[in-house]
Amino acid sequence: MVIFADMNHIMSANEFDVIIIGGGITGAGTQRDCTMRGLRTLLIERTDIATGATGRNHGLLHSGARYAVNDAESARECIEENMILRKIASHCIDETDGLFITLPEDDLGYQQTFVDACRSAGIAAEIIDPDLARRLEPSVNPALIGAVKVPDGSVDPFRLCAANMLDAKLHGGQVRLYTEVTGFIREGDRVKGVHTLNHQTGEQEDYFAPVIVNACGIWGHHIAEMAGVNVGMFPAKGSLLIFAHRVNNVVINRCRKPSNADILVPGDTVCVIGTTSTRIPFEECDNVAVTPDEVDLLINEGAKLAPSLASTRILRAYAGVRPLVSADNDPSGRNISRGIVCLDHEERDGLKGFVTITGGKLMTYRLMAEMATDTVCRKLGVDKACETAVTPLPGSEERSYEAVAQKIWESPSTAQKAAASRMGTRARRIRSENRLDNALICECEEVSVGEVNAAIERLDVSTLTDLRRRTRIGMGTCQGEFCACRAAGLLAKAHGCIEKERADLSDFLQERWKGNFPIGWGDTLREAEYTQWVYKHVLGL
Amino acid sequence: MRFDTVIIGGGLAGLVSGISLQKEGRNCAIISTGQNALHFFSGSFESMEEAPARVIELFDQAGVRLHYREGVRLMPMGTFRPAALSLEDTDLFPEHKFARKVLIVNFLGYHDFFSSFLAEGLEKQGMQCRIRLLNLPEMEQLEQSPSEMRSVQIARTMDRVWEKLVQEVRVLLKDEDCVILPQVFGLRDTSVPSKIRQGIPARVVFAGTLPPSVPGVRTQMLLKRRFELLGGTYLMGDEVIDAHVHDGLVHSLVTRNFDSHYIEAENFILASGSYFSKGLRSNPTSVFEPVFGLDVEFPTDRNLWYNPLFAEDQPYMHYGVKTDENLHAVKDGVAFKNLFAIGSVLGGTRPEFGSAAGLAIRSALNVADQILGKQ
Repeated sequence: MVIFADMNHIMSANEFDVIIIGGGITGAGTQRDCTMRGLRTLLIERTDIATGATGRNHGLLHSGARYAVNDAESARECIEENMILRKIASHCIDETDGLFITLPEDDLGYQQTFVDACRSAGIAAEIIDPDLARRLEPSVNPALIGAVKVPDGSVDPFRLCAANMLDAKLHGGQVRLYTEVTGFIREGDRVKGVHTLNHQTGEQEDYFAPVIVNACGIWGHHIAEMAGVNVGMFPAKGSLLIFAHRVNNVVINRCRKPSNADILVPGDTVCVIGTTSTRIPFEECDNVAVTPDEVDLLINEGAKLAPSLASTRILRAYAGVRPLVSADNDPSGRNISRGIVCLDHEERDGLKGFVTITGGKLMTYRLMAEMATDTVCRKLGVDKACETAVTPLPGSEERSYEAVAQKIWESPSTAQKAAASRMGTRARRIRSENRLDNALICECEEVSVGEVNAAIERLDVSTLTDLRRRTRIGMGTCQGEFCACRAAGLLAKAHGCIEKERADLSDFLQERWKGNFPIGWGDTLREAEYTQWVYKHVLGL
Repeated sequence: MRFDTVIIGGGLAGLVSGISLQKEGRNCAIISTGQNALHFFSGSFESMEEAPARVIELFDQAGVRLHYREGVRLMPMGTFRPAALSLEDTDLFPEHKFARKVLIVNFLGYHDFFSSFLAEGLEKQGMQCRIRLLNLPEMEQLEQSPSEMRSVQIARTMDRVWEKLVQEVRVLLKDEDCVILPQVFGLRDTSVPSKIRQGIPARVVFAGTLPPSVPGVRTQMLLKRRFELLGGTYLMGDEVIDAHVHDGLVHSLVTRNFDSHYIEAENFILASGSYFSKGLRSNPTSVFEPVFGLDVEFPTDRNLWYNPLFAEDQPYMHYGVKTDENLHAVKDGVAFKNLFAIGSVLGGTRPEFGSAAGLAIRSALNVADQILGKQ
């Protein structure tokens, strides 16, 4: 390992070349890039991976078409990254394609402007006959009068984030989850380390590095303040709904100026409609709530894309906070470019050793990471090219999960195919020679004992909610009714603490309920009542 | 088809009222959609304090043995709840510490029984615990399929091989004075739990599992059989889709299976359960009773239906159909003369009392008495 901090100095366990704050996709991507360029890295995350905007969006693999008319730069970034992610993150991506539909109340004249803008951004946009659109996507609103096909897709952000972090670790990177940065260690005009507090153990620890990267999304605003510089961000809440099954197989967008609730994305076993956009105060970022008005708006607008949504069970409501960097005073936040902002605070504010990477979007995380890592390397005097655009993530070495499942198991069961679709080539690590390992913990999503144990062993799982992000346990139609306590048994065994697990199970149920009650009627309320009975009366939690 | 009384719903409330009426020579039909809340019955009627002798007798005649004793019962996650009237294989303890040393036995690969949580809960009460996993060759067939290791499947196997289990437990047993087993015995052969108790030289306690509840499914089967043996008509897998109502009286019902024949009766009992059983339904603006459109009181502001904290009492669980003081169902402010509502469709269950079984039994007996002219 090359040591860049000081060649004559032997690094202690708490010294690194670069510290990355933030365990979302930007932080994880940046850590992967930095470690691949030979740096000693530490990533610090206050809670678990992908808990901010990373895990709280559509999971749309944008073609860039949505931005083509108003923001050509973002559109170009999107389509380039779209093509890269298909190659390097195949196990996180579903190549569904997308439609931009024109409804009778929309202006069909916009379609040509849209297609021209797409093409000049390098996006293969093709006007198709509405009849063909209805055949391609039977759930689409049959009243459509125009349709454009684009290379949209869907991406599992949890899996993508976990894969980046895993690769960083395989390259020697270190990760501290549930660890919060409580202050910076400064020396004159330079930051040289951070004070941290581990929320699980209560331990305080200092870590040192010549460069520190702020990759905290909207929370980066405060981290920058703590370091003594100002990054003017504003939080814009976006609310979304998850439907209980995959209504559409092709992404459906409205072919008009971007607006509320005009994207319907299929992902794994579900589909997601979104989003809204409302400016909120910083204090609300840690606890965003979906309002009944937002729910009504999402259902009404969603049904215009696919009418059957109006009668489809809703599984959850959730909201994320966009980390937009304010350029003007637009209260909705929608007209601001989703452009990437990479700030070298030495150049900008005279603060050495501090870099902020923000703005951007899930789609462009890799490019953001590359820009941040380039800045870090320049500061450290490292001259090594970025390889993240051509090196597959762990799990994505092969493109077809069916082929992967075939290779591992010869005649794979549906559960094994599901596991391969979630883990890619890493599904090899699932123990399955023993029939006990094949027993299902989560029947909705077909997650086996072996897969749960593989996640516990390799992917830094402390809680059931962490496990959900890595395996889809509890994400299915029963929302954790049965799998939660089964998985709690496995976690208790792995961690050896029943009392903690009992509390964890309560937290998990609370977390599920948080997303259920805003849409608590019909079958959702049935399921919620059942869960109440099972946990309170039958099990006595 | 004409009956004296037609009961909508084949759960605990429907069966208890049906048995009570049929026993007195009334000709009854029960219309059941299939699954009901007995499938996740905890084993105890936790809010049942009155008239146990009558209830014990009614169940006893159906082959369901109950016992009454004020005490606490062990919950599957290792906690305790106060309880009185319970199924025979659900123990009631005078105090939390019911043993000195406990051997907890589970089946290898069975994840719906929480042995480590039980052990932690019991150790808190001063009982020493040891957990052992059993690997019976007879279970291997279940383990072949990833979703077969569930309570009812195990119970079916155990009906055949319980003696093997007893032998294995006897080998595992050291100086423990108590053995805890998952409650997966006596699904069809109801004598299995007591035979296991006789075969093991220590106190045997059965602790609950994830649903389906084996004692609950067994209770449902026995009550249903009793109702049918008394001459009652149990229409399984059917659903009421329409009702003919005139002058404050219900005249007949139309069901999915009998859509061209009216089902007529003198009296009707609505025992259709709550949300889970679809006795109550909801949409974004209302909570309603789907068969008759009975009055249900609920706040129009949907935000008030829920407590954002899962662990807290949930307001929506208290909504139910309105009745007069004699449990006559009310529609548009007027009580039906021959339609009663019983059980969970009444709402009003309070989670701190545990299961809604007490409400189901009490309201069922009350209405049966009224129809029989005993009140």
